Amino acid sequence: MRDLRELYQETILDHSKKPRNFREMPNANRISVGNNPLCGDRLTLYVLLDADRVMDVSFIGQGCAISKASASMMTDAVRGKTPAEAQALFDRFHAMVTAGPGKGSTSSELGKLAAFRGVSEFPIRVKCATLPWHTLLAAMRGEPTTTTEA
Amino acid sequence: MARAAKMLLNVSAIRQDFPILQREIHGAPITYLDSAATSQKPKAVIDATADYYTRYNANVHRAIYELGEEATREYEGAREKVADFIHARSPNEVVFTKSTTESINLVAYGWGLKGRLRAGDEIVGTVMEHHSNHVPWHFVKDHKGAVLKYAGMDDDGRLRVEDYDELITKRTKVVTVTQCSNVLGTINPVKEIAKRAHEVGAICVVDGAQSVPHMSVDVQDLDCDFLAFSGHKMLGPTGIGILYGKSQVLEATEPLLGGGEMIREVHLGKSSWTDVPFRFEGGTPNIAGAIGLGVAVDYLKHLGMDAVRRHEIELNEYALERLPEVKGLKLFGPADAKARSGVFSFVMDAAHPHDIASILDTEGVCIRSGHHCAQPLMERLDVPATARASFYVYNDLKDVDRLVAALQRAREVFA
Repeated sequence: MRDLRELYQETILDHSKKPRNFREMPNANRISVGNNPLCGDRLTLYVLLDADRVMDVSFIGQGCAISKASASMMTDAVRGKTPAEAQALFDRFHAMVTAGPGKGSTSSELGKLAAFRGVSEFPIRVKCATLPWHTLLAAMRGEPTTTTEA
Repeated sequence: MARAAKMLLNVSAIRQDFPILQREIHGAPITYLDSAATSQKPKAVIDATADYYTRYNANVHRAIYELGEEATREYEGAREKVADFIHARSPNEVVFTKSTTESINLVAYGWGLKGRLRAGDEIVGTVMEHHSNHVPWHFVKDHKGAVLKYAGMDDDGRLRVEDYDELITKRTKVVTVTQCSNVLGTINPVKEIAKRAHEVGAICVVDGAQSVPHMSVDVQDLDCDFLAFSGHKMLGPTGIGILYGKSQVLEATEPLLGGGEMIREVHLGKSSWTDVPFRFEGGTPNIAGAIGLGVAVDYLKHLGMDAVRRHEIELNEYALERLPEVKGLKLFGPADAKARSGVFSFVMDAAHPHDIASILDTEGVCIRSGHHCAQPLMERLDVPATARASFYVYNDLKDVDRLVAALQRAREVFA
C-alpha cells in the first residue's frame, strides 16, 4: 500500500518550501523553459556553462511540491558537472522514479536524490519529478523549450 | 459536524445502484468528487450495454432480420428518450455523436467552415469556455478568416453579459456560450443570450456538457439553435454525445463524416445525403452507447431533474459553508448556492493543486487538479492550475465533510 510519507519525505518538503538556487540568472548562457501542459507545472532553467562544466545553475517557476523539490535538488546535484555527467545522473534518477510500484531501488551515486525513490509508487507524479531534468538537458542542448508531452 | 439533514435524494439508496461506489481506495471508502470529468454508472446502464451485446447485437437501420429490428428499435428509442428529456420538438432534432467535443466541431465545420460563414464574420465566445468550445472556432478563424471576440467575467465568476452590448454587431453570426462552467460552476443566462444573438440574425450554440446532467434543460424555452452534451457526464457510457439542433439550422449544416448510413445515393464521382439527423451519423454508430444513454436518461427522469438540482443546491450550501473553514483556501465561482452548479475550484496557500489531489487520493477522495481544459480561464483567474471537486446524485453531506477533513490534512502535511 502506498504511504504518503514515501512521496512527501522531509527532504522533499524542505526543498519545496525553501527551494535552493531559486533565482533568475542574468549571465546565463543556456536557458530553457519546461512545461507540463497536463497540470500547470512550468519552470525556467538557467545554466552558466564554462569549459564544458556547469558553473552555475538556477531556476524560477511555479509548480507542485515534487517538481519544485526536484528542481532544487537537481541544481545542487549538477553543479560542477559536465553535460555528459548530468545526463548519466539523470539516467539513474529516471530509472529510479520509473521503476514501478514495489520495484524501486536506489544507486548510491544518487545521494540526496534518492529521496525521490517514493515517486515510483505514484506513477502519475513521475512527470513532475522529471520535468526539471528534461528542462536542464534541453537547456544544455541549446533548446529553448521542452514539454513533458514530447 | 454533518447536519442531521434529510437530503432531497435518498443518496444511500442511490449509491447502492452504483457498483463502483462499493469500492475502497487505499483502504478508505471511495469519495468520488470528479463527476464534472466523468460520472459513475448505475448498474442499469452497465447491464443495458451488456444486454445489447448479449441478446440483440446487430447493425442498425439496415438489417432485415429480427436482431436488426430490435437493435434499431432500441437505438431510435434512445434518440426519442433524449429528445423528450431536453424537450426537443422531434427526435429528428437529435444527432448522436461521440461527445460534446465532436458535436461542437460538427457545428463549427458543418455550419461554419463548410457552410455560410465568410471572412470578417464574427463569432462571439466567452473567456470561461472549455477548450472544446474554443479550438473548433480557431479552425474557423484560420480557414475562413472569421473574427473571434470574447465576453469577459467578473472576479466572482459572473459572465459579463453587458459585454454583449459592444461585442454583438450586425456582423456577428455565432454567439456561443457554456450553460454551466466546468471550473467555476457559474450558470449562464442562455435564454437571454440566445435572444441577443437572434436580434442580429446570429445563431446561438450552447455547451450543455455540465448543465444537462444537473438541471432541467428545455431547448424550446431556451430557444438555442444548437445544444451539445455528453452521455458519460450524465450516468451514460463514454463515446456517446448529443448535438441538438433546430430543424431548419440542421438542414443548413453540412455533414462532418461522409460514408455509409448518411447517404441517399452514391455513384462514382458523386453522392447525395439523406435527411437530418441521419445525415450526421455516418458509419456504424456507438449503438451500445446510445442504448446505455437512453437508460441513463430513464434513471435521471426517475429521480426527477428538479430534485437533482435541489439536491445539488443543498450540497452547494453546505460546501460554501464548510470549505472556507480551511485556512488559506481560496474558492472560485459564485458565492450563491443557487447561482452555481456543484463544481468547486479552489487553490490553497499551503499546497499546489497537484499535491492536494495526491494527498486526497490516499484518503480515497477523488478530485481533479490542473487547468481543466480551460487555459484561457486559468489566465483570467491568474493561476496556473486549480483543484476541483464536483458533486452529483450519489454525493451527500458526509462527502463534503470528508473533503474538508482531507483538505485540513493536506494543510498539515505542508505546514
